Amino acid sequence: MTNRIVIDPITRIEGHLRIEAELDASNTVSKAYSSGTMVRGIEIILKGRDPREAWAFAQRACGVCTTVHSFASIRSVENALGIQIPAAANLIRNLMIAQQYVHDHVMHFYHLHALDWVDVVSALQADPKQTSAIQQSISPWKNSSPGYFADVQSKVQAIVDSGQLSLFANAYWGHPAYKLPPEVNLLAVAHYLEALDWQSHVTKIHTIFGGKNPHPNFVVGGVPMPIDLNSDTALNIDRLSIIKDSIQKIVEFVDQVYIPDVLAIAPYYLDYASLGEGLGNFLTWGEFPATDNSDTSKFLVPRAVIVGRDLNNLIVPDPNDIDLMKEFISHSWYEYSQGNDQGLHPFEGETSFKFTGPYPPYDFLDVEKQYSWLKSPRWNNKPMEVGPLARVLVMYASGHKQTQDLTNAVLKALGAPLEAVFSTLGRTAARAIETKVFADAMQGMYDDLVAEIKAGNTKTFNDEKWDPQTWPKSVRGFGFMEAPRGALGHWVVIKDKKIENYQMVVPTTWNASPRDPQGQPGAYEASLVGTPLVKPEWPLEILRTIHSFDPCMACAIHMIDADGEELGEVGTGLSVCTTSI
Amino acid sequence: MEINLNRKIVLGLGNTLNKDEGLGVHVLNALEAKLGAVPQLEFVDGGVLGLNLLPWVEGSSHLLILDAVNAGQQPGTVIEMTAEQIPMYSGIKMSDHQITFQEVLGLAKFRGKLPPQLHLIGAQPVDIGIGLGLSGEIAALIPELLTRVESQLASWGLLNLSG
Repeated sequence: MTNRIVIDPITRIEGHLRIEAELDASNTVSKAYSSGTMVRGIEIILKGRDPREAWAFAQRACGVCTTVHSFASIRSVENALGIQIPAAANLIRNLMIAQQYVHDHVMHFYHLHALDWVDVVSALQADPKQTSAIQQSISPWKNSSPGYFADVQSKVQAIVDSGQLSLFANAYWGHPAYKLPPEVNLLAVAHYLEALDWQSHVTKIHTIFGGKNPHPNFVVGGVPMPIDLNSDTALNIDRLSIIKDSIQKIVEFVDQVYIPDVLAIAPYYLDYASLGEGLGNFLTWGEFPATDNSDTSKFLVPRAVIVGRDLNNLIVPDPNDIDLMKEFISHSWYEYSQGNDQGLHPFEGETSFKFTGPYPPYDFLDVEKQYSWLKSPRWNNKPMEVGPLARVLVMYASGHKQTQDLTNAVLKALGAPLEAVFSTLGRTAARAIETKVFADAMQGMYDDLVAEIKAGNTKTFNDEKWDPQTWPKSVRGFGFMEAPRGALGHWVVIKDKKIENYQMVVPTTWNASPRDPQGQPGAYEASLVGTPLVKPEWPLEILRTIHSFDPCMACAIHMIDADGEELGEVGTGLSVCTTSI
Repeated sequence: MEINLNRKIVLGLGNTLNKDEGLGVHVLNALEAKLGAVPQLEFVDGGVLGLNLLPWVEGSSHLLILDAVNAGQQPGTVIEMTAEQIPMYSGIKMSDHQITFQEVLGLAKFRGKLPPQLHLIGAQPVDIGIGLGLSGEIAALIPELLTRVESQLASWGLLNLSG
């Protein structure tokens, strides 16, 4: 007997997510289907606009990822027009991107993903003295006294007593798949709250470099902030010292809180070191250019493809290759002018909606036909996973020493083999590992920036191609970005100084894509197969793996059994993201 | 640059790619254009940011939220809410930013850092389809919305209407 469960909506602002999973007689997932149930219209809005302004619209596609869409957009226009940005501007951008990673990953871990592993209500049973002892044994972090943890505990107790669980209301508290002792739960809850205070310090980098925050400014050709050590309105000594201080706070929290917490929690969930992998194919567009965006050989995260877990054979993908990079729509609510069975490269991409049902009320999507507003991007006809695991594997395979050392140290601490990285736990650990790599890299970026300024290289904007009169009649370009959630690409076609076509392929489109014409599942769909559910009406195990991809979703979950009966209504706790990525 | 707990903020929320959903940001921009710089007052474009807005919420003594609200009213109805009503306000279902923003307010409340002065002005949207700019019906409300915003700011002593 198979039983199909539905988790819907797993919502986000420009694309609600729905998961349908078929369970076998032992309540193990045998097939899964991922559906984006809302449409994104940014591509339509951008047609005919000035490409220099595209970033300002693109950044509104996402609540958390405003920065990444802005960068991908301006990089696509710079690529199209052949603009090289000044060295100082590149370093400033790298600092902004690195800050974004750390901020995003820490918030994801504590405010979205941790509640999949941490039972908040259980923290009430903890002995604060023992929590204090655990904290002091894993890290020199300052907030470690028994009194501190007793205070956190009484705050949580007050919430529970008030009957308004509010922020902790939507979860499966008491689920048998929660394994942490109460003391470790209390530790994690304390850091959940501390991360909120920490974030106000780390966003200063964006405020300074972007001129304002939220929604910092961007410019095609560089960065909007000039450098003038003697000016009150430019990047000066005072502002540099704030950035230096902010980097220290970033590194300190990652080293003393985030990494130790991941290592303290992971040993209780080693079953997830062999669950939740999925495809075994990984793609990165690459990130952190040394100087020149087109010289991918000097990226910190290389541009690469891994097929079938083969770490000995990194393939360098060309995002502009019309034959290899394609989006398919055979299971998506779109139509292509030349037929729906072929794939289209984003330069030739089309955004033409064609909803074919089912119309509500319905129990299940028709997964043999169209069932998602996401297209199915494929590289060389293969589905790809993107994100932290892809990046860490690519850095590991390409010989990045720190990544290798950190990965090996984590595996050793958990007593796990290298194969364990291909898993839900591996994905979550990879996010922590790359956070440390990028946080540590920030100090070097800062030192390089100061060195450029001392050498007199204070130019932050290249205006050679600013005037549209200097542009060719027709030109096209690719803007890459390793967003926190994975490889993001913007493809722009510029004709007669206006945007002729604009296509984004965002990380969640790769990861949450429906099946392609060959019937190959996307990353979410593949990752859930083989996952056993202890209580199918509370599918915590599915959420753990889906959240390990960081899919930007706020969740309230309705579960419907095969007879269409609603079993329960739950949510998955807080979401930090409200977006399409 | 420690957190200033006395910030006076007008916070515009919404997705400007979905017509009336972007109401809060559009009203904010109209307000800033009309008033120019006002001593002590900050105009913050919150877009669809969620938890990232917590430092602004917790850092303010006076917070005026501008947003499209699903209050179950006729489309085009002006909505105004006091501090007591706001934490319960419900967002537009197609977009989760209000749900997330409710959580932001819930978190601030949990942490004992809800702004002492809190107010919301907005409207029930008419059209939240894909597109820039407001529907005609909602755009026509902007003068009234601005009047209400100015009057609220005046009651907080941040604006002198007779001047």
